[in-house]
Amino acid sequence: MAEHAVNFAAASKAALQDSQLRGNFRRAMDGLMSKRAVQFADAKEWHTMRALAASVRLRALAKLPELLEQLETNLTRNGIQVHWASTTAEANAITLAIMRKANATLAVKGKSMVTEEMHLNAFLEDHDIEVLESDLGEYIVQLDGTMPSHIIMPAIHLNTKQIAHLFKQKIKDAASTGEDAAALTDLARRILRQKFMNAGVGMSGVNAAVAETGTLCLIENEGNGRMCTTVPPVHIAFMGLEKVVEKLEDVPPIISLLPRSATGQPITTYVNMISSPRKEGEKDGPREIHVVILDNGRSSVYADPELRDTLRCIRCGACMNHCPVYTKVGGHAYEAPYPGPIGQILVPQMEGLAKRGEMPHACTMCNACVEICPVQIPIVEIMGRLRVEAVHPSASVKDSGARASKTEALVWKGWAAMNTSPLAYKIATTAMSAVGNAAPGSLPLLKEWTSVRSKPRFAPRTLHDLARKKGIPNV
Amino acid sequence: MDRPTPPTKPTKVYFFGTCLVDLFYPEAGMAGMELLQAQGLTVVFPQGQSCCGQPAYNSGYRADALKVARAQLDLFPGDLPIVVPSGSCAGMMKKHWPHLFHGEPDEAKALQVSARVWELTQFLVQVLDVKLTDKGEPLRVTWHASCHAQREMGVVDEPKALLRQLANVELVELTREKECCGFGGTFAVRHAEISAAMVGDKVADIESTGAKRVVSGDCGCLMNINGALEAGGKPVQGQHIAQFLKERTHG
Amino acid sequence: MSDARAAILGTLRRTRDAHPVTPPPSDFTPLADKQWPPEERLPRIRRMMEAVHTEFLDATEADWPAVVTDFLTRAGAANLLYAPGTADGATLSAYPLPPREREGTHAQHGEGEGFAGSDGPSPSDTPSPFPLRGPLPSPETGEENTASLTLIPYDRPIEDFKQQMFEGIDAGLTGTLGAIADTGSLILWPSADEPRLLSLVPHIHVALLRADALYDSFWQAMRDQRWADAMPTNALLISGPSKTADIEQTLAYGVHGPKRLVVVIVR
Repeated sequence: MAEHAVNFAAASKAALQDSQLRGNFRRAMDGLMSKRAVQFADAKEWHTMRALAASVRLRALAKLPELLEQLETNLTRNGIQVHWASTTAEANAITLAIMRKANATLAVKGKSMVTEEMHLNAFLEDHDIEVLESDLGEYIVQLDGTMPSHIIMPAIHLNTKQIAHLFKQKIKDAASTGEDAAALTDLARRILRQKFMNAGVGMSGVNAAVAETGTLCLIENEGNGRMCTTVPPVHIAFMGLEKVVEKLEDVPPIISLLPRSATGQPITTYVNMISSPRKEGEKDGPREIHVVILDNGRSSVYADPELRDTLRCIRCGACMNHCPVYTKVGGHAYEAPYPGPIGQILVPQMEGLAKRGEMPHACTMCNACVEICPVQIPIVEIMGRLRVEAVHPSASVKDSGARASKTEALVWKGWAAMNTSPLAYKIATTAMSAVGNAAPGSLPLLKEWTSVRSKPRFAPRTLHDLARKKGIPNV
Repeated sequence: MDRPTPPTKPTKVYFFGTCLVDLFYPEAGMAGMELLQAQGLTVVFPQGQSCCGQPAYNSGYRADALKVARAQLDLFPGDLPIVVPSGSCAGMMKKHWPHLFHGEPDEAKALQVSARVWELTQFLVQVLDVKLTDKGEPLRVTWHASCHAQREMGVVDEPKALLRQLANVELVELTREKECCGFGGTFAVRHAEISAAMVGDKVADIESTGAKRVVSGDCGCLMNINGALEAGGKPVQGQHIAQFLKERTHG
Repeated sequence: MSDARAAILGTLRRTRDAHPVTPPPSDFTPLADKQWPPEERLPRIRRMMEAVHTEFLDATEADWPAVVTDFLTRAGAANLLYAPGTADGATLSAYPLPPREREGTHAQHGEGEGFAGSDGPSPSDTPSPFPLRGPLPSPETGEENTASLTLIPYDRPIEDFKQQMFEGIDAGLTGTLGAIADTGSLILWPSADEPRLLSLVPHIHVALLRADALYDSFWQAMRDQRWADAMPTNALLISGPSKTADIEQTLAYGVHGPKRLVVVIVR
């Protein structure tokens, strides 16, 4: 593999030393967790609703190829043009062609994680097309020239003061603006309204695409999603191929669980369901709608029955909010479009284990994410499976076996030998009890352990020994 | 959580000590067995036992984990409950063994053993319904819940119920009881800095309770938390709940 | 990229058939269980929507045009964009406003002349007392605003008055298909007669809600109204004015869409 392995440990080091950043995340995640808990105070409602949402997603995956075809048929019947892309490069090329045909040089974009996968902004800018992020958080991150640090709250790593400073640096008439959230929001409103008005193309993601009716569902609070999908003459919607659901009535469970899990609000301000471009006689809305259905490794994820569950995700981000690792290091440390637990299982499958083999290890397997996942993704089981794939070549995951190490394999073989023979176990544990404490703290592993902890002390006698001495029966 | 329900209070149980207790906290293991004995039970400790296989399982070396888990199966014949002084090892045996042995020739045997596994405090409360008499001096403690005890074994209230039975013990709960301490097996050394930050937050939370002791049911967490408390020169000490309960009830 | 299509669907079909899954049945009971006694629906909707800064006005079929125009006049709005082709739009335009309040509408200047480019005064020509920048005046504060309210019909394609729409319209009036008790949401189906941007671009969105059109849940509404049979170009749920918490989780209202949402309950 030509691609370099991404070193999560190194990337997270800087984040850990940034007390401002850690404070921002801790505060934000604490708030999100408690707001979510209020939404799911009724345990029975939570359990039955998430079972329903999981069944909706599982049914969609069970019929995925048929539902995608049905979706395509119904979208087309509704006058929406469907494009398929195996890779992000194909998706970018499709987008560029649509923009060129529309003679558009400015696009406004609502939140879309798929376009983050595509690095679409950079691609279009290379082709002299301006793309403006219009979700306030994404707009801030774009001004800052960085990446979103959370899939729902892209600028959560910054506080108000930092954002005010950024606006003053990057926006001409920001000097006279106040430094509170309301004033900064109002400034962004004024700037972006000009862009909505003038953009040739509006872009958006898709929260759910309904096969039965050929409907694209988008949820949002700001109204920028509605602007992008209503004002410009052309709308391009980007969706991962897993975003389809079978029936219209499958939408309410998702619409219910997503915002409650994500931000602890009962519903987003807008639920926007689009089934057609502007019809004869209608006075607004885009004249063309395009849907780009992106694979980018998803069909390989789908191929493995165990890994397939990764595709249940509805992108609520609650796993991030509840992850003790994410809370400590923030989203940027992952250097990936999707950070946190879902990113740790999705990104290695999309980008391969040579580059992303460490990601599944940046997890204590505490299961906090599994406990709150609204569609019951067995995140930690998949994490464990990817750890297997990282060191064992197989056909299941891109670059599986890339992390195989003879030394590590040998250590585990020795460990297994010791733990499968009672005699070997007795000899080894007796030896550790006798001389283990003499091991120097500079040994590998022990060195890392003792960076903030005292050395673990072997007891002078093992439990086996004590039990025998105390006459505890063996059978 | 599905739990086996022994028809009546058994007279005999197996004890699976776990490798970590064996090497680092044997007195916690002994205390666990003595608490069971104090309830009139015969405790069997098969000397051939070693490890549940979790370290290799979570590191991606499942074939090695399988060998080690398999070596435990014949040590626990019959129908007796198997009591484990660790939510994490109990969780491995109960929740992950079925997956690990899936499709293996001894799958049925593994499932039979797995179904009999109990975490110690869960067994003390749910099966034995123990009543404890506190013989110790007044003491403020806090409880650290291990992630696997909570989320794999469903053990949340049981240990706290036991601590609350102790008349002279004041239990002050952590602000973030559900948050991981940062141990995570090999995580603690693979991502040492993040782990350090996590245990740092945990230590701060423990200190803010004003407790003299932090009690837990898992030795992995204890090793991590105790190590950080000690290295930081904090006066608080960590202790396994079995040992703490035994100390308080046996004077 | 038809080869991408074939490749994707081929892989999905092949691998799914190799490892088919049987999903558990979908039990919609938790949605069906979301029910409130009829008399509790409206108070709940009000409570939930007020929690996210929605304002409510009470009116009757006879007086809602007066309630709406009075409110907007007091709020400092100079104009109101409305849908002339709807029944509500017809009622509003038939409402006897004082003559000077009809300035700039086609009632005076003839069909299709209410906008910039026509002979009459247009919203962009007349300076609006309604501040496009900064916070809005509150209806409760300040002395009686005596400025007139101009009614502007949304009767042509947006391309013909985009700039005016974005820069010169203070308020927009729409109807609703009802509201949802579970989440405190309005249901809107924009149409040729009642365009989509009416509820999005104006700074104030005024929505008429008939007090008898209340549903327990979104799920119930879409089943009762048989949405799946024929979806409109655009269907919307609106649960408050536009908002964001993207700056340090501090709620700010009026980020891209309306700064104020005013629900007029019509009995």
